[in-house]
Amino acid sequence: MTTTAQRTRTTSYVNAILEAQRQLLTADPNVFLCGEDVALYGGVFGTSRGLMAEFGPQRVVDTPISESGIVGMAIGAAATGLRPVVEIMFMDFVGVCMDQIVNQLAKMRYMFGGKATLPVTIRTMAGGGRNMAAQHSQSLEAWFCHVPGLKVVMPSNPYDAKGLLVAAVRDDDPVLVIDNKMQLGMQGEVPEDLYEVPLGKARVVREGTNFTIVATSRMVQEALAAAEQLGADGLNVEVVDPRTLQPLDIETIATSVRKTHRALVAHEAVRFGGIGGEIVAQIQEEAFDYLDAPVGRVGAPFSPVPFSPALEALYVPNRDTIVTEVRRILGKQV
Amino acid sequence: MVDGNEEEQLLRDLHRRMVRIRVFEEEAGKLMEQGKIPGALHLYVGEEAVAAGVIAHLSAEDQITSTHRGHGHLVAKGGDFRLMYAELFGKAAGYCKGKGGSMHIADLDLGMLGANGIVGGGPPIAIGAAFSNKYRGTQHVTCCFFGDGASNEGTFHEAANMAALFKLPVIFVCENNGFGEFTRQDRHQAVRDIADRAAGYGMPGVIVDGMDVLAVHEAAGEAIARARRGEGPTLLECKTYRFFDHVGVRGMGVVYREDSEVLEWRKRDPITLFESHLADAGVMSADAAAAVWLEVRSEAQDAITFAEQAPYPASAALLEDVYATPV
Repeated sequence: MTTTAQRTRTTSYVNAILEAQRQLLTADPNVFLCGEDVALYGGVFGTSRGLMAEFGPQRVVDTPISESGIVGMAIGAAATGLRPVVEIMFMDFVGVCMDQIVNQLAKMRYMFGGKATLPVTIRTMAGGGRNMAAQHSQSLEAWFCHVPGLKVVMPSNPYDAKGLLVAAVRDDDPVLVIDNKMQLGMQGEVPEDLYEVPLGKARVVREGTNFTIVATSRMVQEALAAAEQLGADGLNVEVVDPRTLQPLDIETIATSVRKTHRALVAHEAVRFGGIGGEIVAQIQEEAFDYLDAPVGRVGAPFSPVPFSPALEALYVPNRDTIVTEVRRILGKQV
Repeated sequence: MVDGNEEEQLLRDLHRRMVRIRVFEEEAGKLMEQGKIPGALHLYVGEEAVAAGVIAHLSAEDQITSTHRGHGHLVAKGGDFRLMYAELFGKAAGYCKGKGGSMHIADLDLGMLGANGIVGGGPPIAIGAAFSNKYRGTQHVTCCFFGDGASNEGTFHEAANMAALFKLPVIFVCENNGFGEFTRQDRHQAVRDIADRAAGYGMPGVIVDGMDVLAVHEAAGEAIARARRGEGPTLLECKTYRFFDHVGVRGMGVVYREDSEVLEWRKRDPITLFESHLADAGVMSADAAAAVWLEVRSEAQDAITFAEQAPYPASAALLEDVYATPV
């Protein structure tokens, strides 16, 4: 943190990303952006609008629709001294570049005995809610948390979106920054200058005394709304946002659970095999003697993301799903 | 044009690079068969003219990406036998501290961006290094080695398209040895000449005799000069042959090819061919050539002794180098 007071103002999540990228390009000549429609069009979500005009097509680069080529280009550029920021438009598209991410990017440093440094940032957009159906809506963060060598970040608000992206780009390891497309219009206080939100540090978003909800990405807002509802049940809910899933700040989470004695993990990804299972396992390893109830999980059901608005509304977890699960854990009928 | 001395020096250099690859690989094969080297080795014997002919044009600032059959590329780039054998043995003194092995051997200081266990893993990385060369305003180039098998991977096609589109200083060097693992080329692709695929991406496609180191050297020189001039990539297909099997040594008496075919290709052994050329040209007598072999074998023996005696990595190394900033 800087010691001087930073000028802040309310702006949107998408502007926070755009501003971070502009300031990173300004600050470091080795930073460049590339991806599909990131340059002339400014990104399909507007996260690089105007940057090609400002920094030129050498530093803000439109690529063909070739995800393996894009990620590979970042790897080769990073291995030779540059600091690439690449966009994989929708997270679902990682399916066509998994080898470059998992077998090349993540492992190169280790395989080469520490002699390769790969400061690659991959930005991508996850999440349902816009009726984009099964191939444009997934939350696949668990795949990458499972791969040693990668770091995985999921911001939940504009302030973290900018600060975590800056930290990711300045980090010397490969980082996936996974934003949720439903949050792009979210407003929040964002400092005007460059700042970092450190990787691997969770944040207690709401302090409470007798229940902990660990929530990621968009589920943080849903957890906060659930916490308000649960107040009527006599619960004083603490909400913890890990912010970085790999490395995971289990200490902050366990500290909260030792205080509240009950917990639930909420994410938008499919529940089975999701990162929630890992967090729950670590909670029982770190705080078993403090637990008064089984640790719950909220996630999407075990199906692809449906298209129909009627079905998608059932699919994506929300405040009601969280409230229901908390009450179930506590043995209360809904 | 080079003068007489420089020309002779180049010929000796090409010869030595090929002999170093052959000796390194033959000894590695023996050590694998003796059970001294663990894991799998994909040996480069028979294909030496390709690595030597191309890499003789490069400095340490020019990069290469390699394949699962990568020792030859690193040797040609100036790889240190001691560090290479130590890596193959899984020793801490190896190029990758024993954590990569044969399939991931690398020396970034020499511009060797790694052997690669994934067929087709290298081309996207190669265009990244080439992009970086251009971005940083250098004249350096990247040579991307890959096989006929990898030419069927989508990554090759993505990289070729992007390289041509961005006019990147990269040379796609296809080592067409006639087999994707144990599958003959005519059973894995309908084209005969992989260079034909260059037209699909708007770059020149050149075919060269991959057993003739001078032909490779000349064709690579044109492609590399073109890349350094900023005129973009070239696909250089080198027709070559793998004397050994896909993995390990054997190579004869196998189900996927006739011994007679192997013997035919062995008549065009790139080193034998080149040595007779050197003798005819009066550059290097048979005795002088034999002296090079003797010297390189001695270098290999010294390195093998070093590697055998070197310690394995300490237990703590297991979790080191996963991240640059410890988590």
